Amino acid sequence: MNKFITILSGILLILPFAVSGQIVNQRTGTQYRQLKSAIQMAGDHDVLLVKGGFYEEGNITVRKPLTLRGTGGPVLDGSNQNEILTIKADSVLVEGFIIQNVGVSYMKDQAGIRLYGSRGSVIRNNKLKNTFFGILLEKSVHCKVENNEITGNAASEVSSGNAIHLWYCDSMLIRANEVRRHRDGIYLEFVNASMIQENVSENNLRYGLHFMFSDDDTYLKNTFRNNGAGVAVMFSNHITMDQNLFANNWGASSYGLLLKEITDSKITDNKFQQNTSAIYAEGANRCLVTGNDFIRNGWAMKISGNCENNTFTQNNFLSNTFDLSTNSKQNYNSYNGNYWSEYTGYDLNRDGTGDVPYQPVKLYSYIVDRSDASIILLRSFFIDLLNYAEKVAPAITPASLVDSSPLMKPIP
Amino acid sequence: MLKILKFTLYDLLRSRWTIAYFLLYLICAGSLLYFSADPGKAVISLMNILLILCPLVSIMFGVLYFYSSRDFVELLLAQPLPRNSIFTGQYLGVTLSLVTGLSLGLGIPFLFYGIFVSPELMNFGTLLLSGIMLTFIFTGIAFLIAIKNENRIRGFGLALIVWLFMGIIYDGLILIILLIFEDYPLENFVLGMTLFNPVDLSRILLILQLDISALLGFSGAVFKKLFGSSLGMLLVTVLSILWVLVPYLFLRRSASRKDF
Repeated sequence: MNKFITILSGILLILPFAVSGQIVNQRTGTQYRQLKSAIQMAGDHDVLLVKGGFYEEGNITVRKPLTLRGTGGPVLDGSNQNEILTIKADSVLVEGFIIQNVGVSYMKDQAGIRLYGSRGSVIRNNKLKNTFFGILLEKSVHCKVENNEITGNAASEVSSGNAIHLWYCDSMLIRANEVRRHRDGIYLEFVNASMIQENVSENNLRYGLHFMFSDDDTYLKNTFRNNGAGVAVMFSNHITMDQNLFANNWGASSYGLLLKEITDSKITDNKFQQNTSAIYAEGANRCLVTGNDFIRNGWAMKISGNCENNTFTQNNFLSNTFDLSTNSKQNYNSYNGNYWSEYTGYDLNRDGTGDVPYQPVKLYSYIVDRSDASIILLRSFFIDLLNYAEKVAPAITPASLVDSSPLMKPIP
Repeated sequence: MLKILKFTLYDLLRSRWTIAYFLLYLICAGSLLYFSADPGKAVISLMNILLILCPLVSIMFGVLYFYSSRDFVELLLAQPLPRNSIFTGQYLGVTLSLVTGLSLGLGIPFLFYGIFVSPELMNFGTLLLSGIMLTFIFTGIAFLIAIKNENRIRGFGLALIVWLFMGIIYDGLILIILLIFEDYPLENFVLGMTLFNPVDLSRILLILQLDISALLGFSGAVFKKLFGSSLGMLLVTVLSILWVLVPYLFLRRSASRKDF
């Protein structure tokens, strides 16, 4: 068997020379058949036009500022062994390629396109298929990743990589990419002052978007669908999350938005739809949650006892099974001025806010927290009675956790 | 049998009770649809009402009708009619009149709402079906109670207890068991327990449609796996039919043996 593999890999090593297609250096007009030699011969800031064809050349490394422009969908194939494009220079532009079959490695993070220590590079309009890591950016600044479509075929978390992975970067723009079926859709570790915008991240095993130790970032108008969890923001500060859609993140430990050790952030105008838990927060402090719509989630918010000084206001809570659950008897957050579709109070002075405070935490959510199987009693009359009794005289739920000015009408 | 059924049905359809029952649902469904913008929410609220009201009305009305038509039954018994057909006819008559009240009361507001082109059609269908199923089951139990107990107060009391037990106490018992034995994996046990209560059966069928997001937690996934599968649906259907058939068969046996 081992012998067979040796022979096979021998054949595979020879194979890369079987290439077709054509590459033109726009400045010199020279034509090449191999991308590698074209890059080697090119001068700084040359434009290489790569015509449609099949390029299986193993790993291709770019060490000078270049423009690689694919026309007619040239295919760069990694024969399921290699990392394909490695960029270790500033101001490289890669566009219009189809990059496929990145090798899976447990030792190295092999990617479709890897940027290392690059400044001002642009990766756009590429299609990446069957990738381990899709686009991997390390120690880079001011780069743009735009309009790429990255599809993996992740089967387990151990043997899969992330679609777009940023590590020690600054001032990056990740815009309008479609990433699916990786471990994490977009992963940021030690990435500051960056913008994640208008991406679609779906069917990823773990998170649609994952922040670790990243500060001052903004993500805006993204869509997160059917991921293990939509977005996980961990150990980060000053994050702005605006106008994103979190939908159908279903499963026992599945969340629309997972907040862990995050401070001074803003969660505004997002839409959470039909997630098992829309927001799960642990150790989130001084965050502002406003203008969001929570629609038909299992739990709209699970806020742990170690979350302090957060403000939840002007949100719409529509037909969630549970609006809020918490594991603490104390409350250090403010929940005033939201619309709760379960609110049954009245508004006699007609100022738009209800005269009776609303208690978003029900006794039943405590029971479910304690005994998971009791979810089967959901909407039972007995449970309604218990909830009602608790509502009249709170004994277990935090008495201070109320919305003292619940809105009578949803915010449009 | 058909004649008795027809007679009972016509008699009941004209009675104030059935009309009141019909109007109750009509007003509930109508106002819920009118006041809440979201028909999904109206279905959830109606489900809460239905799961309590439907068994209660069926069982009390069944007992009431049986006792009040006692003279008529004695008259019929004097005729050359098989006992089975008399009681089956009455049972079906009462059930069908209640079902008519329920279906029209719920159906008319939703029809005006335009349920057939709404995505809530499936939810509404499940709601109506479980209502009908509960009516059949609890009227059967009511007749059984009434035929076994000559004493009316005892009969009404028993009916109330059965309703209380199935509607409320049973869930309380499940909860107590869950909390006492919280260290053990009780998913399958609880699942088994709910199968033996028709009210819980219909409730779970409904929440599977309506609260699917919440049910996808850890235990919820276990329940969803059973009830969401075709085997689960088959099981629920078979058990529901059993819940209708068993009281009915007991009713037949008691009716043929009873000395009037």
